[in-house]
Amino acid sequence: MKAKVHVTLKPGVLDPQGRAVLHALEALGFGGVDGVRQGKFIELDLKESDPKKAEAEVEDMCKKLLANTVIEDYRVDISEG
Amino acid sequence: MKAAVIVFPGSNCDRDVQVVLRESMGSEPLMVWHGDATLADVDLIVVPGGFSYGDYLRSGAMAAQSPVMKDVVAKAKKGVPVLGICNGFQVLTECGLLPGVLMLNAGLKFVCKDIHLRTEAADTPFTQGYDKGQVIRVPVAHHDGNYFTDDDTLKRLNDENRVAFRYVNADGQTSKEGGNGANPNGSMDDIAGIFSAARTVLGLMPHPERLSDPAMGGTDGRPMFDGLVQALG
Repeated sequence: MKAKVHVTLKPGVLDPQGRAVLHALEALGFGGVDGVRQGKFIELDLKESDPKKAEAEVEDMCKKLLANTVIEDYRVDISEG
Repeated sequence: MKAAVIVFPGSNCDRDVQVVLRESMGSEPLMVWHGDATLADVDLIVVPGGFSYGDYLRSGAMAAQSPVMKDVVAKAKKGVPVLGICNGFQVLTECGLLPGVLMLNAGLKFVCKDIHLRTEAADTPFTQGYDKGQVIRVPVAHHDGNYFTDDDTLKRLNDENRVAFRYVNADGQTSKEGGNGANPNGSMDDIAGIFSAARTVLGLMPHPERLSDPAMGGTDGRPMFDGLVQALG
């Protein structure tokens, strides 16, 4: 199975990188952007073949290492390998 | 007194701490490699500054999972004092010994300069070498020093007098009190260092060990280590 993990800053947590990207887009003439939030994308190749078990395992990985839940949210998408 | 300095791949202030501990204690601290499963019984553990594991994933995240940190956490929970400086502070938040997180500096840039700190609590082994309210000059050198925590935790830190140091200007004013530009990284409530609930763990972003010898241009960092030696014998 494959897991795709998106790690993003929680709403309300200041994202200075996202803000800088927003300003750069504005400077390039892209005036239609109201906000930018930057995050991480992590792709995992898993040995587990049961989607439920795979998801539970990756959730555990997110809590223990992949995300810092003080400031970050995460989303796990499991798909056939 | 016996002290241990934890060394990760990418630590770069471990020897600075080693030198100042040697000077203050009059004996050699143990240098403990991160891959060791246990460390000897000591009176003080220092998690030094640097870029452990290249700051991969998040600053301090990988180091917090390294074998020796299990024993550091276990010893800290038994009351052994632990001092985390810069990357060491990041490691201590990542392994749960201190609350909150050190985010990317609000100005996006790596900040490397001397700053001023106000001692907010002088009733711990780490800070008894200073007077409450005393302003000291020490350097910062970090990219991720922007302290953040939830409002409840911040209230608890303040109510329990667990803020060790705040960023101030040379006159001792925080940015809120008129010390414009005193906060180098956007840190919440101008926090530069905090204690654990039991006051036996201190994490701080600035580097007292780097201004602990007259040859380095200042000695304001030295009382932290002399105070620890006095307290821990």
